[in-house]
Amino acid sequence: MTGMVALYIFMLAAFTGYEVISRVPVILHTPLMSGSNFVHGIVLVGAMVALGGAHTPLEKTIGFIGVLLAAGNAVGGYVVTERMLEMFKSSGARRGGGGGGQGKH
Amino acid sequence: MPSWLSADLAIQASYFVTAVLFIMGLKRMSSPVTARSGILWAGAGMAVATLITFLYPGMSNFALIVPAMLIGAVLAWWSGKRVAMTNMPQMIALYNGMGGGAAAAIAAVELYRGATAGYVTAALAVGGGIIGAVSFSGSAIAFGKLQGLITRSIRFSGQQFLNLLLLAAALVLGTLVASQVNATPLVVTGFFVLALLLGVTMTLPIGGADMPVVISLYNALTGLAVGLEGFVLNNAAMIIAGTVVGSAGTLLTQLMARAMNRSLGNVLFSGFGDTGAAASGAVSGSLKPIEAADVGVMLAFANKVIVVPGYGMAVAQAQHKIWELCQLLIDRGVHVRFAIHPVAGRMPGHMNVLLAEAGVPYDLIADLDEINAEFDTADVALIIGANDVVNPVARTDKSSPIYGMPILNADKAKNVIVIKRGSGAGFSGIENALFYLDNTRMLYGDAQKVAAELIQAIKAVD
Repeated sequence: MTGMVALYIFMLAAFTGYEVISRVPVILHTPLMSGSNFVHGIVLVGAMVALGGAHTPLEKTIGFIGVLLAAGNAVGGYVVTERMLEMFKSSGARRGGGGGGQGKH
Repeated sequence: MPSWLSADLAIQASYFVTAVLFIMGLKRMSSPVTARSGILWAGAGMAVATLITFLYPGMSNFALIVPAMLIGAVLAWWSGKRVAMTNMPQMIALYNGMGGGAAAAIAAVELYRGATAGYVTAALAVGGGIIGAVSFSGSAIAFGKLQGLITRSIRFSGQQFLNLLLLAAALVLGTLVASQVNATPLVVTGFFVLALLLGVTMTLPIGGADMPVVISLYNALTGLAVGLEGFVLNNAAMIIAGTVVGSAGTLLTQLMARAMNRSLGNVLFSGFGDTGAAASGAVSGSLKPIEAADVGVMLAFANKVIVVPGYGMAVAQAQHKIWELCQLLIDRGVHVRFAIHPVAGRMPGHMNVLLAEAGVPYDLIADLDEINAEFDTADVALIIGANDVVNPVARTDKSSPIYGMPILNADKAKNVIVIKRGSGAGFSGIENALFYLDNTRMLYGDAQKVAAELIQAIKAVD
């Protein structure tokens, strides 16, 4: 990937992020912040690569901490987002007429 | 060699799929109907990217990678499942800080081992390193404040100067490292220590009421740090996901700051609570207490009740009891609505999440713009643990730090009942003029207990 292509990716991704969020209702701000918090948990793959290429004990120690933190970001972000959005689902089902939403697990 | 090439192709293809899944997932999360599936899509993307990374060419240290992943994942899973809904904001801060720390750790490993080829890559590693480190230590402080571990906002004169000094010093060391003039381990270490310190000193003076904006800002910063480290590692998935979060998070931060009628600079550098305490003496009048039984009668015979929930409801876990109370009123033919201020609670949408948890239907919940005209026709405005968002000085008192913030016009209702634990000031430290109005009565007590008493009182009416 050349520097220029990387710059284009950066620019397009920045606009994408802006567009995706721009018309979101207030009620979804907290879940969405949590969701985007999960998405940057992708740092896990970078931490894995960094630890995978570490040589000295110092590098390995920092790399280990990095992978541990990144895994925490990804898993924790997923769990709390999922829990929050779970409530939106049940709330919608309830409004839709009580028993309707209960059949699907 | 050929097997490496095919592994590389598989990795690139998987990262592409991951990027698509992330963006689709975020898009789905921005609508209430599809939100639930959004996190599943994004989760699938994460699983694909993580698994394929084990095939990365030249990887070693698997005996360290797997245990580190397991420890982090298990701890986060356990804490994330256990935490109460009311404590969600600080958990987001915590997990976000971990991501920032991971980005900084990547930068540290790459810089220590001198793997950053060329000035541009080294500069990107340094940039991502300082942003990640600030996000890490700053989020940790934000967590401590919201969790109640750090109760005071520590401020002293010259604080902004110290922060500026720390930033400048970190940038000087960062430049030394990036320009490869002096990239010794000692300088790299000094750079990271300064960056971590900066995150602490930047966040300590910020008042608790501003924490949502700060957490959102650190969320955006972590995204940016991840994107920058993505450039260093030449990892497209990290570049795209990190940058998308960086820009989306920045927009979200702006939306939050605007909802509080503050600029981001004002949140970060103003020393909010100090001025608030100074301005608090201006309110005249007295607080007039009332008993739950009287409020019960008032509610039972009202035509229209508007409930204004705030952080006090969240702390007391009162949302279920409040909804039970409201259902009782609805059965009696009372017109009940919930009014949600954009920054009620500790995060935008915080109250909506809690009310959704208790089972309150969407159509009873109204935004500020929607509901403000209706307070004139309401018999009772029931304020539950909300404070600054209903403080009329925001409309009238130019010297108040919250002057100009849009508020819920609860003072326009015929009767205002304030459920509150004690007579102290709100989170911002500003005295609330609403509490001293002639049509306001104070109902002291824990919101959940008070709600139970009100339910009893209403049942006793018949």
